[in-house]
Amino acid sequence: MIAASKSSHRDSSAKALRNTSFWFAAVALLCLSMADLDISTPNPWGELGLMAAGALSPTVWSWPTLLTSLANTFSFALQGIALASTVGFLLALGYKFTLVRAFCAFIRSIHELFWALLFIQIAGLSSLTGLLAIAIPYAGTLAKIYGELFEEVDPSPINNLPSQSLNLSRSLSHFCYTVLPLAWRSMATYTSYRFECAIRSSAILGFVGLPTIGFHLETTLSEGNYSEAAAFFYALLLLIATLRFWLQKRLLPLYLIGAFYYLPPQAQTSWQLVKRFISEDIVPTPLRGQANLNAESLGAFGQWCNQLWQHQIWPGLVNTMLLGQIVLVFTGLLALLLFPLNSPLFFRGWRGFGDAILILLRTLPEYLLAFLGLLIFGPSMVPAILALGIHNGAIIGHLVGRHTDELTLRADVGTGLNLYFYEVLPRIYRQFLAFLFYRWEVILRETAILGILGITTLGFYIDSAFEEFRFDRALLLILASAMLNIGVDHFARWLRQRLHLKSIPESL
Amino acid sequence: MPLKFNRSRAIVNSEAPGLAGSNKDIYKDSHNHGDSSRYNKVFTKLTYLTAGFHMNSSLGRSLGLFILLLIAPMSQAQTTFTFTAIPDQNEAHLQERFDKVAVYLQQELGVDVRYIPVKSYAAAVTAFRNDQVQLAWFGGLSGVQARRLVTGSQAIAQGYEDQLFSSYLIAHSSTGINKSEEFPGEIAGKTFTFGSKGSTSGRLMPEYYIRQHLLAAPNKVFAKVGFSGDHSRTLALVQSGAYQVGAVNFKVWDTALAAGKIDSSKVKVIWQTPRYPDYQWTVRGDVANRFGADFQQRLTDALLNMSDPELLASFPRRSFIKADNALYKPIFDTAVAIGLIDARP
Repeated sequence: MIAASKSSHRDSSAKALRNTSFWFAAVALLCLSMADLDISTPNPWGELGLMAAGALSPTVWSWPTLLTSLANTFSFALQGIALASTVGFLLALGYKFTLVRAFCAFIRSIHELFWALLFIQIAGLSSLTGLLAIAIPYAGTLAKIYGELFEEVDPSPINNLPSQSLNLSRSLSHFCYTVLPLAWRSMATYTSYRFECAIRSSAILGFVGLPTIGFHLETTLSEGNYSEAAAFFYALLLLIATLRFWLQKRLLPLYLIGAFYYLPPQAQTSWQLVKRFISEDIVPTPLRGQANLNAESLGAFGQWCNQLWQHQIWPGLVNTMLLGQIVLVFTGLLALLLFPLNSPLFFRGWRGFGDAILILLRTLPEYLLAFLGLLIFGPSMVPAILALGIHNGAIIGHLVGRHTDELTLRADVGTGLNLYFYEVLPRIYRQFLAFLFYRWEVILRETAILGILGITTLGFYIDSAFEEFRFDRALLLILASAMLNIGVDHFARWLRQRLHLKSIPESL
Repeated sequence: MPLKFNRSRAIVNSEAPGLAGSNKDIYKDSHNHGDSSRYNKVFTKLTYLTAGFHMNSSLGRSLGLFILLLIAPMSQAQTTFTFTAIPDQNEAHLQERFDKVAVYLQQELGVDVRYIPVKSYAAAVTAFRNDQVQLAWFGGLSGVQARRLVTGSQAIAQGYEDQLFSSYLIAHSSTGINKSEEFPGEIAGKTFTFGSKGSTSGRLMPEYYIRQHLLAAPNKVFAKVGFSGDHSRTLALVQSGAYQVGAVNFKVWDTALAAGKIDSSKVKVIWQTPRYPDYQWTVRGDVANRFGADFQQRLTDALLNMSDPELLASFPRRSFIKADNALYKPIFDTAVAIGLIDARP
């Protein structure tokens, strides 16, 4: 609202949107031409048949196992979001500082799984590890959203205050009475949406051994035990799909206390472990154990960096960006195709059903989608594009669909394609782009988990470094991917301002 | 504090094959870090300080606990002996199966024994390194990595089959490659999948022989190289033709073949690697301080004497025999040779 009123030039109009979309599509096409898109035609039907049979005959091997892992998944997510929203709020207060923004972009550029792997070194496989692995990246995300909401609230209340020199306590009360009330509702909406994502993240933490649904899902899937895998997956789906019925605002404190009571964050740790991690593990190998630096060790360090750059960082960056740009555009196309499923304008009576499809698509772990794609299309970037695109497309589709609730249309609007192309699409396009740009960095982060496809993204190398206990390499690679993320965050912010895309709550 | 843990234990119980239940028990029992007595005091004090809080408000309690747990490492007498295991197949229902092994060891050793499940090689090594577990059933490579990170740790027993372990290269029938004694050079240019990145039989040894015979790194030799994550999935992927060639643990293949899970018209073994030592039990060197000087010997005996077929089936091994660190030198050298471990003076 305000961004628009501030703007003097009008290039935010359709033309700028069109140009931006064109350039993104063009870059994606260019990337496509460089990407490996071979489709080998194996015979996947045996395995797919087994998977289908499993999906149709879910078997619960042990109810206590299922229920405890479900409770753990929920507890980690709720605790994580509680901590993340508190820290995120504090960070958002300083969001006008570039340094704070960079810090937030840094912590959210690291995948939950990698945060977990880092904390496992210090705090073991513990409930504290699970909590922090969710809370830290989510704090970075929430800080960004809260910060941008604060920037975009209607400034008339604050403009109407008598101008006085501001000291800390005065600006604090200005904030509490003029900014916060206006942003509050959007913050709540966004945080509650983000909770659903946290449940998925929490489930995924099982992949590294935390006792959530993902632990069993991954185990049963890798064993080819599809009936049991289906039971775990349906449980997760049910948890997410029914959230809005039982997770009510009034009951939230109760659930939160319950979660902390049930799974108190704790860990077996000691300062020695922390010290060892900082003073040995993450020190680059050539410099390790050297009291003072000399030319020889510095030379070795330079060579070490150079090797890592040539063999991992550079190829990793290239692949991450290549895949990321293609997926971004594919996600966008898919979202535009899917959003009517969750829109009252198109599927009036069927909306519940339509949104259920979207919930299904976004709850399917990318990892499982990638495996399915691998079986059908063979190893290449195709399964990766499909897996990431479907997952993220369903998320944005859901959000855009929900946004169409707010549209008021003329009484004599057309129907079907006319309605879609001439009425709805132009009105939601700005919003749609805002969603997509938010999702951009998420897509880059998620390219990490596609090792099964052998696509050597930065995340692939980070994973390898953890697997080889080379934390020094892991750290440098993480720094590289953080740089990428900070760059993308910066660029997206610039675009958002240029195109006057209002960031609205339920975006990432 | 203890009350609290008991309550949550009662809810979670050890049913959870994840760590919820077992974790709490480990925390209860940690007492091995230098500063523990000091923390113990602080810890007790804080617990008393927040006691009033506890009564009145559970939120206060949660918060108090939370802060407490963040700052105070858990420290109470360590009496529980904890182990973990890297399973190469049939990972489901681990808790149930390994709890039986824990019961056996408890009977033999006379101390409280617990099993905690882990999901990956790296997690097992980390748990061992951080003393979250004192004994682990490692693969060849993970064992070497663990012993390198924990000075004084010892390989004490290996499976009977682990003396002469090996990997199979398997290929989809459409490749037309047949079984041979010679290394099948025609796999060059095909798509290829290893198992887990940290696996000895699914990655380390196959990669070593591929480099040896084809004189280049796998990503240069093959059209595509993937890491399926584990042996069962390698099998499924090569059988479906998604990858043309793959490397699996020979025991996983033999077991799957016997169970009728392999369609021989679609996938077959094309080459077997030379033999190498693999899985082994590794124990931390400092168990003597905590459980007595003869503990390692008694533990070794208990493992070597394990004869119940039901217990052995968890691994699955015929029996356990003696092992030592030197036995795994070839694995270490191989890992250095292909750049998975930095040679260190």
